[in-house]
Amino acid sequence: MKRSITRLLMAPSVILLLVWMIIPLSMTIYFSTIRFNLLYPGENNFVGLMNFEFFITDPGFIPAVSNTLILLLSVLIITVVLGVMLSALIDKPFFGQGIVRVLLISPFFIMPTVNALIWKNMMMNPVYGIFAWISQSLGLEPIDWLSSYPLMSVIIMVSWQWLPFAILVFVTALQSQDTEQKEAAQMDGATGWHIFRYLTIPHLARPIAVVVMIETIFLLAVFAEIFVSTGGGPGYDSTNLAYLIYNQALLQYDVGVASAGGLFAVLLANIVAFFLIRAVGKNLTV
Amino acid sequence: MTLNQQRKLKTILTGLFAWTIALVLFFPIFWMFITSFKTELQAISIPPTLFFEPNLDNFRVVQERSDYIQHAWNSVVTSFGSTILALIIAIPAAYSMAFFPGKRTKDILLWMLSTKMLPAVGVLVPIYILCRDYGLLDTKTALVIIFTLMNLPIIVWMLFSYFKDLPKEILEAARMDGATPWDEVVKVVLPLSVGAISSTALLSIVLCWNEAFWSLNLTASDAAPLTAMIASYSSPEGLFWAKLSAASTLACAPIVIFGWFCQKQLVQGLTFGAVK
Repeated sequence: MKRSITRLLMAPSVILLLVWMIIPLSMTIYFSTIRFNLLYPGENNFVGLMNFEFFITDPGFIPAVSNTLILLLSVLIITVVLGVMLSALIDKPFFGQGIVRVLLISPFFIMPTVNALIWKNMMMNPVYGIFAWISQSLGLEPIDWLSSYPLMSVIIMVSWQWLPFAILVFVTALQSQDTEQKEAAQMDGATGWHIFRYLTIPHLARPIAVVVMIETIFLLAVFAEIFVSTGGGPGYDSTNLAYLIYNQALLQYDVGVASAGGLFAVLLANIVAFFLIRAVGKNLTV
Repeated sequence: MTLNQQRKLKTILTGLFAWTIALVLFFPIFWMFITSFKTELQAISIPPTLFFEPNLDNFRVVQERSDYIQHAWNSVVTSFGSTILALIIAIPAAYSMAFFPGKRTKDILLWMLSTKMLPAVGVLVPIYILCRDYGLLDTKTALVIIFTLMNLPIIVWMLFSYFKDLPKEILEAARMDGATPWDEVVKVVLPLSVGAISSTALLSIVLCWNEAFWSLNLTASDAAPLTAMIASYSSPEGLFWAKLSAASTLACAPIVIFGWFCQKQLVQGLTFGAVK
């Protein structure tokens, strides 16, 4: 087929994504260099890099960057490590496999806002929550999760959502593993650990790459869970970049500073993407 | 123990283990579901009430207060509408990249995925202002456009991974028989990829249904989908767990049940590129 036709077929996607990227991004760049506060309309003079200075010296900046990265890495590690181990353990026929699959995938379909509401209230509430009840039954002091361990609470909520996804992708991948190879290894006296380490893990390289890539996209932008459960607090303890920028733009009406923050978030995402996607990119089907 | 017995024991242990994980992970959803049938007093009782007379009052209150049907309709329109639109745009692109790859195909695909890494907050303000200026705030149109663009890279990538693995010989055979490019797509590629396209569509629908950032920030009442409705219950109703649970159950039930029926298809779709 002619090159022109192939180009024509790609054109709609490429042009739409270009527009989607360039127009808002250039507006953000423009806003980030002017004074633009919705509370003081009309005073939109050029201020150079002042907005960036404001954003970077904001007391929430350092915590927000580190929380974003901690959240990303913790959830990635939890879901991939637990996901691989659990899927390897349940990758054998057993009673009621179909129902287990359905139960396992369910948290993935729960919307982030509801996820946060369930955990915040019914699980983690220090007086009436299930966790508090369990601690009390064991004779322990109930923990006020959201105020004592806010970031960890958010990590738990987000991991709960993504662990099932990881498990199911890995289980599906394991089903295509060569059983003869495994049996041959067993005959040669390989232990369960050796089979796991030298046959299963390499076989899972591609699915792990896919899971890491998809999760990274969503984890850098975690917003609803924080918005609904901790509101970024106490202090900045569970504020990530997305939430900090939201705070600047919509609660303090400072579009200029928020835009500077937005550009910073884009930069951070690109750095993470560069390292992470490069690291796993060899295993992606591209 | 004989080998057979050993094997049996292993199966039972695996089963027990798998069921335990599944039940633990499912518990919060189960708890939300049964709390929605409790009275407010039962909902916060310690120790938790397991046996009680279920009542439907909470659901009635939720419908009266926030017109569930309207919000559910908004969710359906935005998630299905944007998924169909995105597929129409993505299929030709994925097809041409998979079957007629050029030197820069790989770069284009990576670039597409990288637009997905662009955090939404980075462009929130401009999008908000554009929507305001074009009268699109609180409209379903705005959400459909944004959801389409938001999911386009993932859809192109999933379809590409699948198309790439289709045997090229079939296409060549069709071409020998005098098929036009149009015939090739409609009569050969599409019928072979029904499964792939539907799993891609499923993922896109789930992602749109649960999307919260744009729907919270761009809609108020008219176009608010279920994610935004639920957020409105978070603070004032925070202490009314039974009503909160009823609203949450109503918001999640359609997509969870939909997901249960399609989970196999969905996961297979995600592993196209992942399993060889």
